Amino acid sequence: MLGDYSIGDLGAILAMQGFAGLILFSVYVLMALGLAIIFGQMGVINMAHGEFMILGAYVTWMTSNAVQHFAPSLFPGYFFLAMILAFIASGALGMLVEWALIRHLYKRPLDTLLATWGLSLILQQAYRSIFGAREVGVELPDWMMGSWPATDSIQIPINGMFVMALTMLITIAVAYVLYWSKWGKQVRAVVQNRVMAGAVGINTEKVDCYTFGLGCGIAGIAGSAFTMIGSTGPTAGQLYIVDTFLVVVFGGAASLLGTIASAFSISQTQSTLEFFLSGSMAKVITLLTIVGILMVRPQGLFALKVRK
Amino acid sequence: MVINSRFFNRSELIGFFALALVLFVILPLFLDIFRLNLVAKYLTYAFVGIGLVLCWGYGGILSLGQGVFFGLGGYCMAMYLKLEASSVANTKIQSTPGIPDFMDWNQITQIPLFWKPFHSFPLTILAILVVPAFFAFIIGAAMFKRRVGGVYFAIITQAIAAILTILIVGQQGYTGGINGITDLRTLHGWDIRTDHAKFILYFVEVVLLFGCIIAAQFIRLTKLGRILVAMRDQEDRVRFSGYSVANFMIFAFCAAAVFASIGGALFTLEVGFMSPSFVGIVPSIEMVIYTAVGGRMSIFGAVWGSLLVNFAKTSLSESFPQLWLFGLGALFIAVVLAFPNGLSGIWADYVQPRIDRLLASRKPKSAPGYVADGAPAE
Amino acid sequence: MLIGHQPKDFLLAVSGLTVSFDGFKAVNDLSFYVEENEIRVIIGPNGAGKTTVLDLICGKTRATSGSIQFRGQELTRLRENEIVQAGVGRKFQTPSVFEDLTVFENLEISYPRGRTVFGSLAFKRDDAVKQRVEEVAEMIFLKDRLNTYADQLSHGQKQWLEIGMLLIQDPDLLMLDEPVAGMSVSERAKTAELLNRIIKDRSVLVIEHDMKFVEDIAHKVTVLHQGQILSEGTMEHVKNDPKVIEVYLGH
Repeated sequence: MLGDYSIGDLGAILAMQGFAGLILFSVYVLMALGLAIIFGQMGVINMAHGEFMILGAYVTWMTSNAVQHFAPSLFPGYFFLAMILAFIASGALGMLVEWALIRHLYKRPLDTLLATWGLSLILQQAYRSIFGAREVGVELPDWMMGSWPATDSIQIPINGMFVMALTMLITIAVAYVLYWSKWGKQVRAVVQNRVMAGAVGINTEKVDCYTFGLGCGIAGIAGSAFTMIGSTGPTAGQLYIVDTFLVVVFGGAASLLGTIASAFSISQTQSTLEFFLSGSMAKVITLLTIVGILMVRPQGLFALKVRK
Repeated sequence: MVINSRFFNRSELIGFFALALVLFVILPLFLDIFRLNLVAKYLTYAFVGIGLVLCWGYGGILSLGQGVFFGLGGYCMAMYLKLEASSVANTKIQSTPGIPDFMDWNQITQIPLFWKPFHSFPLTILAILVVPAFFAFIIGAAMFKRRVGGVYFAIITQAIAAILTILIVGQQGYTGGINGITDLRTLHGWDIRTDHAKFILYFVEVVLLFGCIIAAQFIRLTKLGRILVAMRDQEDRVRFSGYSVANFMIFAFCAAAVFASIGGALFTLEVGFMSPSFVGIVPSIEMVIYTAVGGRMSIFGAVWGSLLVNFAKTSLSESFPQLWLFGLGALFIAVVLAFPNGLSGIWADYVQPRIDRLLASRKPKSAPGYVADGAPAE
Repeated sequence: MLIGHQPKDFLLAVSGLTVSFDGFKAVNDLSFYVEENEIRVIIGPNGAGKTTVLDLICGKTRATSGSIQFRGQELTRLRENEIVQAGVGRKFQTPSVFEDLTVFENLEISYPRGRTVFGSLAFKRDDAVKQRVEEVAEMIFLKDRLNTYADQLSHGQKQWLEIGMLLIQDPDLLMLDEPVAGMSVSERAKTAELLNRIIKDRSVLVIEHDMKFVEDIAHKVTVLHQGQILSEGTMEHVKNDPKVIEVYLGH
């Protein structure tokens, strides 16, 4: 992140462009983190991941309205409450979905994909029926508005910095949970050898359920963070699902570091290209490059070496 | 091709004639031309479905990018029709007469090179068959030779569908953008917008559909069809029986692409326009669900699935637009969870045995014609 | 002692074969030679690399270094299906048959004709095919089950079917990975009889733990230990080799 300031002297525009890329990077990382857990660790294709994210965004929106209405004095800090609620709401829905749907399909990954797509349609329509088809945007507290003047010509928007800081915190937390906590070890044990994990006394069903819930919960936080920089509509999740899957696959599905590296390279490529080309062509070229690389190197950037 | 007595077994023969009766006689007799044209539109998806039965049901390769091939076929046809509709006489009010209207709006003054072949009808037909096969071959060769399949293949094909949509929308001057290629009028001088033309086009399409059904059934019954089934469960064993698994996957994927493309070309003819909304992620995955509802292992099932789901879509979204997405979502989930072999599975498991029992006077115990228990459920 | 030989003299010449998984050498600088019509049994404790050797020969695993020559043809550069077409057949440890196809169709797929995409489209089930399938089905005790789907077969019958599928390929080198494992006593006897019949006129490479079975069929035995050859020779020689006794009994 510090590199951003040092390139400031290369030109204010380029720096701003780089910063826009970093915000995109944060969004990608936040979305991909949950998916990296669900897809990377469990091998489940959750096409409704975007809708779990949108749920978090709507929860944030509702919290913001409720706080503004009932306790305006707390408004500057509502976002932290909203994030927790978003995590709980998306996580709980995730656990419910795991119990009702996913657990029957662990051996049929392609069918999981279809079933979760069905779920995403239902959720989209539910959002449309409840919240309306129009996009909603939250009101930011004063301290998040405006920008921080890094130099005379470079203005760094505060909400963008906040999202980036948040991304770092969540990434560290997820890395801690997955790689160092006892529970994370259980998750990885179940992933590597389900039967053996069961035999040494791990309740594999419970682990599956909580893992899926955690992935969805993080999607909820991502959606919550998303409201800081954009508005939310019923179908917003679907727009990002392909990008997110590509980020995870490109990074090498089982690697957290890979996911971050992949999110970084994709977002920087895209924002740099956007500087030269139209937005849609930048996107096309970025996606085509990823697909091309994946065809040559299907295991992604950071693949685990496995003995087959 | 010799159609011997075993080309269709008894229940398939009944299915064949039942479908022929419905499509050739009953629907044209009882539906007005507007509804018949709707049926024709639904049936274009049946072409995609037949391809998916081969590639997904039999070969186990799920492509979430069939909209790409549907779109390629559709756009090839649309480009031909658009060039014909953009004669100098028809477009003399434009600043550059003789080019498609959307090009004129985008300050393009010359027909781009890749549009040129579509002045010729035979080249257009050739392109409809060859272009999708070519792209499917490239994608298939790149992925299957490297042993990428299953979920990764599904995600990559979906990404390709997304890319093509963004590209078409972004390159408005060359593709017509988000609106697509509209205002198509004549095919070789024959006005396709009249009721009479729609009636004839319906029959052309149904004949082609039966051609595709027979072609698919032929593939299914050759050793290649059995190798596809074998591959789905025991890829390695097929390899160690001396077959190049990748080549068979490429073939199945290319065949599915060509079927989808034919469907797309007919769609353009039946509906009179083509747009990116039939190319992207959502239509691609909907095409998969038509096939899944009909039964991923059944060619006839794919046809019925396309008809019934689209019929439900039209009638539900006419009267209860809110319910439609709930219904479609629930249908996805129900089919996957409870009826992995779709309607044809339900038919084979519940209806067929009853019919057989009614006719049980003399019944030799024979192997079923298609594998009803082929779901990768166990 | 074998340096003077041209690899061509042998049906199969494995030399300097090494494969490492993340630095762990599952097979380490392995060399051995199989002659025409020889029946070679590979034994060794668990994890000795026995199955890996078969995987390397049939192309399932790629060698890190070394060479595998089959009739003078280098196998390490071929794809699996090309190795099969060169004349190497492989049976896996767990029965792998096509469960959604009938016994007849399983055998027919293995019939060595029409192995390309368009060849398989043009493939005709003619009398030669039917006759050969029935012949093999009789040998593998499945003649009256030709129209049964393979998922209906017992474990032992599936093993036989897989052996039959290899048989119909008519390979010059047949590789069998624990062909009698998991079989009942009577199935075991029948399998031994079957194997004794099919190993004529071809070379066979067998991995097996059943010592009585090994003694019955082996011309030569190779003992693997930690990816290397511990001992090689007749069963008698190997049994009395102190190094072998040390590995099997010493720990």
